[in-house]
Amino acid sequence: MDVYDKLTILTDSAKYDVSCSSSGVERKSGQAGAAGSAVSSGICHSFAADGRCISLLKVLMSNSCIYDCKYCVNRRSNDTRRAMFTPEELANLTMNFYRRNYIEGLFLSSGIMRNPDYTTEQLIRVLELLRNEYKFGGYIHVKGIPGADPALISRLGLLADRMSVNIELPSQASLSQLAPDKTKEAILKPMSLIRQGIQENVTDLVKYRHAPKFVPAGQSTQMIIGATPDSDLKILTLTEALYHKYKLKRVYYSAYTPVMEHSLLPSLDSKPPLLREHRLYQADWLLRFYGFEAKELLDERAPNFNPFMDPKCNWAMNHIDRFPVEISTAPYETLLRVPGIGVTSAKRIVKARRAFRLDFPGLKKLGVVLKRAQYFITCSGRRLEGLKVNESTILRSLLSTKELGMFLPQPQVEQLSLFSDDELGIGTGKDLISCLG
Amino acid sequence: MSWVNNAVYAYDGSFDGLLSCVFESYERKEELMDITSGSDPQYVLFGNRYVETDPQKATRVYEAIGNKISPAARELVRLGFLTCSPQKELLIYRFLRLGFKHGGAVMNMLTENTVHQLHKAVRHLNSESHAFMGFVRFSVYGDALVAVIEPKNIVLPVLACHFCDRYSQESFMIYDKTHGQALIHRPDAAQDDKVSIVNVDELVLPDVSEQEKAYRSLWKQFYNTVAIRERINPRAQMSHMPKRYWAQLTEMQ
Repeated sequence: MDVYDKLTILTDSAKYDVSCSSSGVERKSGQAGAAGSAVSSGICHSFAADGRCISLLKVLMSNSCIYDCKYCVNRRSNDTRRAMFTPEELANLTMNFYRRNYIEGLFLSSGIMRNPDYTTEQLIRVLELLRNEYKFGGYIHVKGIPGADPALISRLGLLADRMSVNIELPSQASLSQLAPDKTKEAILKPMSLIRQGIQENVTDLVKYRHAPKFVPAGQSTQMIIGATPDSDLKILTLTEALYHKYKLKRVYYSAYTPVMEHSLLPSLDSKPPLLREHRLYQADWLLRFYGFEAKELLDERAPNFNPFMDPKCNWAMNHIDRFPVEISTAPYETLLRVPGIGVTSAKRIVKARRAFRLDFPGLKKLGVVLKRAQYFITCSGRRLEGLKVNESTILRSLLSTKELGMFLPQPQVEQLSLFSDDELGIGTGKDLISCLG
Repeated sequence: MSWVNNAVYAYDGSFDGLLSCVFESYERKEELMDITSGSDPQYVLFGNRYVETDPQKATRVYEAIGNKISPAARELVRLGFLTCSPQKELLIYRFLRLGFKHGGAVMNMLTENTVHQLHKAVRHLNSESHAFMGFVRFSVYGDALVAVIEPKNIVLPVLACHFCDRYSQESFMIYDKTHGQALIHRPDAAQDDKVSIVNVDELVLPDVSEQEKAYRSLWKQFYNTVAIRERINPRAQMSHMPKRYWAQLTEMQ
C-alpha cells in the first residue's frame, strides 16, 4: 500500500475528531537549522466542503483498534480497510505539507495497537523524529491514550504543543453502554496527569528559564452530541467542571454522525444534530468569554437549549428585569450580557465613550448589532427613537431564522409559521412587558 | 492667519511623498480637499500643486506623529497607507489633522467618521493579511519556494515578518500579482539583503517537477477526504474562504 492510500484511509478515520485549532502557543523559529514557528492565535490554512477549518494534518497513525466502541468507525468489529503509517512516512508528509504552507502542523491520533503503552510509544517515535531529526518547530497536537503509563504520557507531553483525551460520552452510564472497554476513571486519569504536568512545568519555568515546556498550548477534549440521551444541561455542567477543575483550554462538541446500525444508537438515516451542536458552542463561548455560568443558562426545568433562539438572547428574555442597560455608564461585564454586543464591540464601547457621548448611529459603527441590542439599551437615558418595545417585536428580532435555515432540514423551518406575522405583529398591546414600557 | 480650504495636492505615490504633502499643508496653511497620486492624470488637468517628496520633511512629520499623537497612531497611519481604500490619502490626512489637534485621544474617537473609516480600512488589511498567512501556497522549484497571491490590500509588508521567521532557512518568493510586487527571502545573503520587496511586472514559472505534482495530489486527497459528507455546508465554506482566493489554492484546482 502506498502513502496515497494510507493517507486516504487514515484521514477518513480521523475526520470525526472535530478539534483543529493550532492556537495557544507562540514560538519563533529561533535557532539555526530549525524549521517552523507557531502563532498564538492559530492559523486556518483552508476550509473543507463541510465549512470546517483545516489547520493541521489530521490523521491517525493506525486505524486498527483493540477496542469495540459502538459509535466509532474504527471499532474492532467494523469491517473496514486498515492501514498504518511508519514514523518516517508521517514525518516526511508533515514536513513536505508544512514547507508548502498547506498546514500549521500535525494532529496525531491513533487506534489502540496491541495496548495503550505500545501505542503511546509509537506516537512518541513520530514526534521525536519530527522534533529532533527534522527540527520541526510547527504545531503538534497529540492524543493522550487512556490507560498509558504516566511516564510515557509525560514524555509525549514534552514533545507536543497540545494534548487531548476525548471524553466522548458525557456520562458513565452512556460510556458503559456504548464504550464497554473504557471507564470514566481511565479517561480522567490521563487528563489529570496532563494538568499536573502543566502545573509543575509552570513552577519549573519560574525557576529555570530553559526548562523544557510541557504541553504549552494546554489540553482539550471532545464530546459526542446526540448519540446518547444526555441533556444539554448535563453536557454544559460537565464542560464547566472541565474548564475549572482540569483547566482545559477547549471543549469540543461533535454532532453524532451515524456510522452503524445498533439498537442503542440513533438510526443510520438520522441527521447529525448540527443545530444542537451550534447552540452548545454558543453556550461554551458564553462560559469562556462572557462570564456566564452553566446554571444561569439551563436548569432542571429547562435542561435543553431553545432551538429557536441563541442562549444569550434566551437568557436576556428570561431576565428582562435587568434591562435596559445604559451604554454610557454600564460596566464592561454588564455590556457583555446585552444581546447584539460581543467582546469586541463591548471593548470598543468602553474605549469610545471616553472620547464622545455615544448615540445609536455611533454604536452601529462600533459593530453593535442594533437589531438585537436596541431593545436592551439606552443611550444617555434614551431609547432608540420610534422603537416599539413589546414581547412580540423583541421575539421577532431575536428569532434566529438565518441559523435555523443553516442547520434544520426544510420542513422543520416551516414550523416557524407557528409564530405567524400576525401574531408577531406590532400593536398586540396585551403582550406588553410592563418593565420594558 | 487662517487656513485656506480648497487646496488639492498631488504626490508621487510614496509614503514619504504623502507625509511631505502633510508637511506642505501645515506650512502653507492649506486645508486639503483631495490628494491624488502622480499616476492620476487629473492633477495636470486642474493645475493642482505637485508636492516633491522630501525625505527630511517626511521624517519630521513621521516623528511628530509618534511624539504628539502616539506610537499607536503612527502604526495606524503606516498600515493605513497599505490599504486598498480609494481614499486612503485623504483619510490619513484628515486623521492627522484631528490627531495634531486632539493628541492621543484621537485613538479613542472610534465613532468619528474619519477615525472609524481609517480603522475599518486597516482592519480589512489586517484580516486579509491573517487570511494569507494560511492561504499562501508554495510550490517547490529546485531549491526555492514560490507562491502567487492576488490580495486587495498591499499585504506583503505585513506578511514579511511571519514568513521570514517561519521559513528562516528557505529561499522563497511571494509574488503579489495585483500590485506587481514580490517579497523575496534569501537566507544566505548578507543581513541587509536577506529580505526585500521588489517590483515585478510579470512572473513566468517553469513546469513543476513530478515530485511537486505528487505532493499536490496528496494534499488534494487529504483536503477532499477530511470533509464529512453528512455535514456539507458550502455557505460556511465560502464565508470563511471566499471564492476570490480559490484561483491560487492548490486544493481548489
